[in-house]
Amino acid sequence: MAELILNRQFFVNVIKDMAELVEKEKDHLTKLDSDIGDGDHGVNLSIGFRETMKQLELITSQAPDISSFLKKVGMILLGKVGGSSGPLYGGFFIKAGADVQGKDEVTFEELIGMIENGVNSILQRGKAQVGDKTMVDAFVPGLKVLKDSTDLKPIERFAAFVEQMKKGAESTIPLVAKKGRAMRLGERSVGHKDPGAESSWMLMEVILNNLKKIVGE
Amino acid sequence: MRRLINNGYDVVEEMLEGYTKAHPDYAKLLENDNRVVVSTRKSSEPKVGIIIGGGSGHEPLFLGYVGENFADAAVVGNVNTSPSPEPCYNAVKAVDQGKGCVYLYGNYAGDVMNFDMGAEMAAEDGIRVESIQVKDDVYSSENFDDRRGVAGDLFVFKAAAGAATLGADIDEVVRAAEKVNRMTYSMGVALSSSTLPATGEPIFEIEDGDMEIGMGIHGEPGVRRSKIQPADKVVDELLSYILEEGKFTSGNEVYVLVNGLGGLPLMDQYIMFRRVEQVLSEKGIKIYKSLVGNYATSMDMIGGSITLVKLDDEIKKLLDVPCDTPYLKIK
Repeated sequence: MAELILNRQFFVNVIKDMAELVEKEKDHLTKLDSDIGDGDHGVNLSIGFRETMKQLELITSQAPDISSFLKKVGMILLGKVGGSSGPLYGGFFIKAGADVQGKDEVTFEELIGMIENGVNSILQRGKAQVGDKTMVDAFVPGLKVLKDSTDLKPIERFAAFVEQMKKGAESTIPLVAKKGRAMRLGERSVGHKDPGAESSWMLMEVILNNLKKIVGE
Repeated sequence: MRRLINNGYDVVEEMLEGYTKAHPDYAKLLENDNRVVVSTRKSSEPKVGIIIGGGSGHEPLFLGYVGENFADAAVVGNVNTSPSPEPCYNAVKAVDQGKGCVYLYGNYAGDVMNFDMGAEMAAEDGIRVESIQVKDDVYSSENFDDRRGVAGDLFVFKAAAGAATLGADIDEVVRAAEKVNRMTYSMGVALSSSTLPATGEPIFEIEDGDMEIGMGIHGEPGVRRSKIQPADKVVDELLSYILEEGKFTSGNEVYVLVNGLGGLPLMDQYIMFRRVEQVLSEKGIKIYKSLVGNYATSMDMIGGSITLVKLDDEIKKLLDVPCDTPYLKIK
């Protein structure tokens, strides 16, 4: 099979699909956030991605490379989403392209590196650990699977990553929250899924779906 | 849904437009950032910049305290959401007079992240910014450092602003604010949720006739859900937590705030205050001054909170420094 090459259009499509996903899942994410937060996760992501879509054509045409394009997306999310999700998701996209600057095409291996940089940004900024009941519970185990599954073909490898992230989000259900709004609930946060963990695997699944499109699945 | 708005996604921008057009003698929006409200009454003597902020939906907190000798700027987030780093940074650029700035906001993870990023940006420009997270809600955590900031914000902000007005340097302002932070104790009760404008839905479910003591201003759960009790009983319970946590004793002097969360009638707030005064009097705790009203709301939430500040001469002096803003005037 030819090596997967991901060009600028791939990433533009990913962002467009993420925006569509966020609109579609807005109410679901808001419900999760109402249970253990303050009910605005879905709405705030929607605000951020709506602004991203407004500016998409401009930033696509102006960005000299993929890294800058994603950085611009990240800056918009940082500026418009607010709360914890703004710095965390904004930072993810801002840092994703750190090692692929100047490129307008990246390989699958480089995509893995981009996701790793994004996750590291989240870990640095949010300072959460696995078990705190946050998106880190999805991202950290997910990233490990992504990096370790060298025996799998790219699509399967990424699918395993998304599957692990989904499991990570499920794993937040019985946890007592140690961060964010949910932390105030203490024991009452038990039995509810963390909204940030849920949105995180859903956003990564968008990337998987676009990878599948390239190979014609 | 019982709100009078236009499009739920436009509420913050429209609120800010209405506010700055209603009070142009106190505040305006920054030309280059429509999420920063700055005072139109700049002090003639350079002083430490006082910047407050957080999510919308708590009006008059925060923008209502921008004016003369109180907050120099307020940074405005989406409803119940911390503002982004850029307006935090722009606020510093707008108000810094060479003496540095202090960010003051309620202790919430999002606010900490975003204001910290704003401070990092300001540091790159050589401007020193210190940050204070208000931690007055006694029920929210046994650990002081994990407590959330609620109506007690008002006093910590005022103390910092008072110190800055009196010419204190940035370290002094921080010290004074942290001192009052540790002397301010609050607890609230909710009888309803608030309505999220973008969805038109309540943030959480609570039956008509139920209340939740200890609930936070974003609907963070409290002690328990129960049927609404008589006001005197509720006040007694809230005060019991506050008085114990603050280790109040006979002879103490306090500033009292009975705060409405937006949907609670003023009549009910004064009935609460009546009981506060009785209890404090019984315990030999002297009320220095009192405030009753909607100082830190949660939009249409029906509920209220009680704040006591344990006073000494220094704190009294700081809180008494005259100021003039649309929602707090001290002569």
